[in-house]
Amino acid sequence: MPEVGLLGGIPEAPIAALHARLVERAAERGLLDVAYRSLDTAVGSLLLAATPAGLVSVTFDGRDPAATLERLSTALSPRVLEAPARLDDAARRLEALIAGRARAFDGPLDLALARGFGRDVVERLREIPYGETRSYAQVAAAAGSPRAVRAVGTACRRNPLPIAIPCHRVVRSDGALGQYAGGVEAKRLLLDIEAAPGG
Amino acid sequence: MTRAPFESIVALHGARVWRVCRALLDEVDADDAWSETFLAALEAYPRLAADARVEGWLVTIAHRKAIDVLRRRARLVVGDVPDRPTASVARDLDLARALALLPARQREAVVLHHLGGLPFAEVAATLGSSADAARRASSDGVRRLRELLGGVDA
Repeated sequence: MPEVGLLGGIPEAPIAALHARLVERAAERGLLDVAYRSLDTAVGSLLLAATPAGLVSVTFDGRDPAATLERLSTALSPRVLEAPARLDDAARRLEALIAGRARAFDGPLDLALARGFGRDVVERLREIPYGETRSYAQVAAAAGSPRAVRAVGTACRRNPLPIAIPCHRVVRSDGALGQYAGGVEAKRLLLDIEAAPGG
Repeated sequence: MTRAPFESIVALHGARVWRVCRALLDEVDADDAWSETFLAALEAYPRLAADARVEGWLVTIAHRKAIDVLRRRARLVVGDVPDRPTASVARDLDLARALALLPARQREAVVLHHLGGLPFAEVAATLGSSADAARRASSDGVRRLRELLGGVDA
């Protein structure tokens, strides 16, 4: 009999229950710096992440989140745990926006990942009214840097909270949709919903 | 510097930590020790050296937490380890109780190596001994366990 056989009688770990309790206790002790979950929606599978201050990141890689989680771990804190229940409220609010049942994200947002000029642009994005669009040049002018049109494009693409902060409302001056982190189809869908009667 | 999100540490090592805790404790206490292990690790994780061996670190914490629980429950009677269990004791022994009957050195070596999966070099680093001594303690421990569990294992 191999030595390990002697020790082979240990029942398998009830990992799901253990993990749920770990999340609960970590939050109680202020050790859950970044909670995350995935969310399947009409605009794709999203990855949502939140700090205790609010929703901090929305990305379009809910099915393959490893790279984003590593980035959040480095940029915010490595105390990252999957904790779906802690994002239920944010998930409901995003789903309502995507379905056209809400006109703005009313929950708490944490803009820790928007820095420098990107932060200025993100603040201007929040001022674009529901159902309207602005050009990259208009947003650049509103941010006080009318020549920084390309930088505005970059800042929109790097918006840490797409959908909640409506970078999809920024389009090209010639009427083309321009780029979107979630793909052009997602951008079109979000704009169509806002344009829909009663939307 | 990048650092793996803690979730991936739990996913990779959750089962290993459980084996260490469950070998020494009953299910309820093992639950507790598992939580306490990962909470302590989560607390310290941002300060962990970039080149640290995560398995060794976790298994060592798990062993310490499990021993803490054992002491709290006063199941570990230090200095009162019988040389040879009586026949009736042997019949009732399960692994956790058999492990508790081993001398501390042997128990630590067995748990860290066989349940935690640490190579003897790391077991030795944790115990502050040589790799050879760790190997001897482990094989002595396994022999003793076999004797203790002989009644139920055969």
